[in-house]
Amino acid sequence: MVALPGIDPSWSMYVDVPSTSGADAPGTRHRWHYLDNGVGTDGSAVKGTLLCVHGNPTWSYLWRTYLAAGLAEGWRVIAVDQLDMGYSARTGVFRRLAHRIADLEDFVGAVGLSGPLVTVGHDWGGVISLGYAHRNRQGLAGVVLTNTAIHQDPTRRIPAPLRLALAPGVHDVGTRATTAFLDVTLALARPALERDVRKAFRAPYRRVADRQGIANFVSDIPADPSHPSYTALTGTAEGIRSIDVPVLMMWGPHDPIFSDPYLEDLAQRLPHADIHRFERASHLVQEDADTASTAMEWLEARSVGNTAPGLRPAVDDRTGGTATNAAADENALSGGAATGDATPYRPLGRRIHELATGPDGETTAVAEMKPTGPPRVLSWRELDDDVAAVAAGLASLGYGPGSRVSLLVPPGVDLTVLIYACLRIGAIIVVADAGLGTRGLSRAVRGSAPDVVIGIERALIAARAFDWPGRRISAAPLSAVRRRALRVDASLNDLRAARPADATPERSDADADADADADAAILFTSGSTGPAKGVVYTNRQLSAMRDAVESTLGLGPGSSLVAGFAPFALLGPALGATSVTPDMDVTAPRTLTAQALADAAAAISATVVFASPAALRNVLATSSDLSADGRTALGRIALMLSAGAPIPVPLLEAVQELVPAAALHTPYGMTESLLVADIDLDGIRRAAAAADTGLDGAGNGVCVGLPVHGARVALSPLGAFEGHSTSDCDRDGGPDGGLRGGSRDDSRDGEAVGPPTTTPGVTGEILVDAPHVKDRYFRLWKTQQDSAHTRPWHRTGDVGHFDADGRLWVEGRLGHVVTSPAGIVTPVGLEQALETLDAVRLAAVVGVGPAGTQAVVAVVETASAGRRPQLASAPLAAAARAIARQRGVEVSAVIEVAALPVDIRHNAKIDRARVAAWSARFLSGGRAGSL
Amino acid sequence: MTVLVTGASGMLGRAVAEHLLGQGEAVRCFQRRPSGVGAEDVLGSIEDDDAVEEAVRGCTAVIHLAAKVSFTGHAAEFDRINVQGTDRLLRAAERAGATDVVHVSSPSVAHGGTSLVGAPAGRADPDHARGHYARTKASAELLALDRCSASFRVAAVRPHIVWGPGDTQLVERVLDRARSKRLPLLDGGTALIDTTYVDNAASAIVACLRRMDQARGLSLVVTNGEPRPVAELLAGICRAGGVTPPEWSVPGAVARGAGAVIERAWLALGRSDEPPMTRFLAEQLSTAHWFDQRRTRAVLDWQPTISVDEGFERLGTYYRR
Repeated sequence: MVALPGIDPSWSMYVDVPSTSGADAPGTRHRWHYLDNGVGTDGSAVKGTLLCVHGNPTWSYLWRTYLAAGLAEGWRVIAVDQLDMGYSARTGVFRRLAHRIADLEDFVGAVGLSGPLVTVGHDWGGVISLGYAHRNRQGLAGVVLTNTAIHQDPTRRIPAPLRLALAPGVHDVGTRATTAFLDVTLALARPALERDVRKAFRAPYRRVADRQGIANFVSDIPADPSHPSYTALTGTAEGIRSIDVPVLMMWGPHDPIFSDPYLEDLAQRLPHADIHRFERASHLVQEDADTASTAMEWLEARSVGNTAPGLRPAVDDRTGGTATNAAADENALSGGAATGDATPYRPLGRRIHELATGPDGETTAVAEMKPTGPPRVLSWRELDDDVAAVAAGLASLGYGPGSRVSLLVPPGVDLTVLIYACLRIGAIIVVADAGLGTRGLSRAVRGSAPDVVIGIERALIAARAFDWPGRRISAAPLSAVRRRALRVDASLNDLRAARPADATPERSDADADADADADAAILFTSGSTGPAKGVVYTNRQLSAMRDAVESTLGLGPGSSLVAGFAPFALLGPALGATSVTPDMDVTAPRTLTAQALADAAAAISATVVFASPAALRNVLATSSDLSADGRTALGRIALMLSAGAPIPVPLLEAVQELVPAAALHTPYGMTESLLVADIDLDGIRRAAAAADTGLDGAGNGVCVGLPVHGARVALSPLGAFEGHSTSDCDRDGGPDGGLRGGSRDDSRDGEAVGPPTTTPGVTGEILVDAPHVKDRYFRLWKTQQDSAHTRPWHRTGDVGHFDADGRLWVEGRLGHVVTSPAGIVTPVGLEQALETLDAVRLAAVVGVGPAGTQAVVAVVETASAGRRPQLASAPLAAAARAIARQRGVEVSAVIEVAALPVDIRHNAKIDRARVAAWSARFLSGGRAGSL
Repeated sequence: MTVLVTGASGMLGRAVAEHLLGQGEAVRCFQRRPSGVGAEDVLGSIEDDDAVEEAVRGCTAVIHLAAKVSFTGHAAEFDRINVQGTDRLLRAAERAGATDVVHVSSPSVAHGGTSLVGAPAGRADPDHARGHYARTKASAELLALDRCSASFRVAAVRPHIVWGPGDTQLVERVLDRARSKRLPLLDGGTALIDTTYVDNAASAIVACLRRMDQARGLSLVVTNGEPRPVAELLAGICRAGGVTPPEWSVPGAVARGAGAVIERAWLALGRSDEPPMTRFLAEQLSTAHWFDQRRTRAVLDWQPTISVDEGFERLGTYYRR
């Protein structure tokens, strides 16, 4: 083997192995090529062996990053070239699946393993490695799978590209006579492979004769039960169900062959598996993402392999989080864990049934405003009844505990009924916001692998167009033609009608039996930066969410609220509060008008409003059209919440004029924990006054108030940068010290590395611990690991600090922190200061250049800016610099733009990552394009 | 203990010599014309063995700034002055018993025409340097650092775009062209550029002499650490000089192409004055050039004292006088 990028030539080994395979005549020997990093072969300590098996048409080169990672982590890594593949022998015999499993056993017998075994497989190598793992349980310590499949659903056709590769006339030409199959596979890499890497993958397959193995592998795909390898495949597929060692599946969901349904199939066979989907990756996931480091981190977290006694990390069963760095600042954080054990668990839907069967059963539970005509209204008894009917209908279709039900229905009566029906049967609701856009929504739905999609017609059209998994149920009745066109099995009314005759309301209290710690919901993040993430809540955590809202805002039976902001709005029935959805396009909050809000409030005599800043902006913009009755209705509002994004104080003050009797609250939270802290307008004013009088820690950010009941908040301080310390050279005392070659380790700049603290004025990543924090991310093992590695805290990715009165101030996103040579600059405080300039409507503060020595750049939105971005005028630049200098920040450039990019959902969160990337181009000369 | 400063008739050389005098050092200046510093002057060329011998006699330290600085000219002349001159000076200094040399170099010795964003100093590379100046300064730096030993310590300091009152290289040219409306912005002048106010460059060079234990053998880029868009820098200079700042913009690619043509034409015509545009200048004005200053500041235990804005004010005072 010639020298190839990423491979140490000493890893390349050959071994002659006697064959016991039925494919060969007795006494046959084959020469195998493999890569071996040799860890432990000299008798040194080794954690175990990773046996890596490639698929078709790659070779052991695919695993080069694993060999390197294993070297660093003490794992022996052996990556084998299967017979007829890579640099192993061309046997001249058609080797089927069963032969290949036996071949692998022969190979392992010849080379020997060091310590416990972890099988690692990709593509058809996944099947073969599973076959080996299934038959060789002794010493098996773990299983790692990447884009593979173990079972072909007989009702679904095999993927089109494989059908094509198998087609008569195409197969031989495509796989053996030409390099087409090889080339197409290599072209799947995202981003494209480097030229020398592509060359390396092609190296062992240059001649036609080299490629017989590729052709045979394709022929050995058991497309149907008559295929000779079908039995071997089925045997393995069933056999692995009893594998009880830790399993990790790492997936590239853009794979046109081994797409999400195959992952789902494997997940059902190995339900204890940890799964991470690398959202942007494709079939060659090892090339597209850093799977090797993730695998190593997982082996450590799951304590796979030999570990020295006492060094074994503590592992949490659910998430695999290691208990490191959990030592909190004991003095500041005393007060115990936020377990919320004072509040006993009550299922989320319990109140509905209680109220339905109580004296208020005929009072309004939910209402939905219509563009014209009277609102749709259900009493508590009707709601309970409808929930029971739909729950029974879902059950009759076979859905129950653990089923994932994707709900693509706008907030309103139907969505409310569906949510509580799903929870009642133990199904998991999957909720993604249409604000994600069709592509983002499609990614989210596919990734959540729903058993059924229940949606409005627009969602069902998308489901059909993008071939979303799962059965389809229409929220509204559809004509037979539409049903067939959209492949819809049933409608919501069908579910109601399917209720068995003997079902009585008494039986509908089934949720009392639902497992409190079973998954209840997957809520998708807004995806304002990067792909949306699925956030999993258990029943207990959802209920804790309701309790937090109840105790923080004092809502309960007798309250009546306008639900203009989805996540909180859905809690209405759970709280026992009457709720109404206003007439608006919920995918675009800015469509809420003042009159629509007032009409909704009037319909149920509401005293509470939940809304988002974008909605409130439009309410204000349309308030001149408000009728006298509307003003009266709004005058009755006693509590208004603005959630989802920060809201500027002037906007809040304008809202106050519209709802003069209301306490205006702006709670702080995120999809992972909807309620973390809360503050009202008076509180904001007091906080601003505290900042003016120089209270320790007050200022520099948005004040979000005190942590809510049951939640603990702490900060993990950001790694401090030693700007111009000379201690290094003094200590080193000469040019051969750490300063030479610019080798200072600045990698920790701007990372949150410190132990949790609540000391006022200390900036750090905001950590939350509460009974209503998410359980985990869905199929994002690595992301979960990163967010939960400081037990028991959830790392929010937001940066902030406390003031001396215990108020939390948010300074921005961790990823948006600027690391200038003079120190760390968080964006929000400086942006607010810049926005006090008359010319500036909105400001973004970003960094350009390498971490630790970034230049601070202010990009400001002004009314006078032309279509093309430009450097700010000299007076504006000088004014901006003067403001920054007061805060100890040197601004390198001030750029004027007509509009800053903000998120779709809230129309408020600036996409600073995009602004930073664009600014870097703009300020390096040449064309930057438009922002 | 006497410090020899070569090239003290230039703006930076004079500032260095004055800074040393201000610290009570014995200073000797060596250049062709009288320096006007008020210290001992040895007049002569760095191409003259005898003059160099005389200059280094009795000196314990040398700060070497003398160089041919130009965007145009013939290769041989750059080689004689910048490479052979440096070699001659350092050999003579070592023979004469000097122990410390601060070789003043340029960031361009390590960088071609690409944009530099928070860049490290990098190793001098004559093979890829742009133009004769950068190439010969790169060779000179390498040979200077090559002579570094425990008893003869050499460090290279690379100030980036030095400017200040009395600057003929940048300030006067900018003002001249702006006055005659021949100063375009390239690509809108948005590229971030780090510059060095002359007092800061001088104090950094003197700081290096004090920190030879830490700095020997190293190349250190020195700047104000305040990258600014080139349009703002040009505007600041223009305002200080009482001239209307440029407003018209030319695509950088056009300027770079034109610069290359003009440069060749100037050589072919045998003109000795500076051409209105060269490829190097066009690259300097249209691509980002700013540097990571953390290591420099740590090694030298030094901070700039005059900010860019204060520099503009001083420049304005100078021109209003």
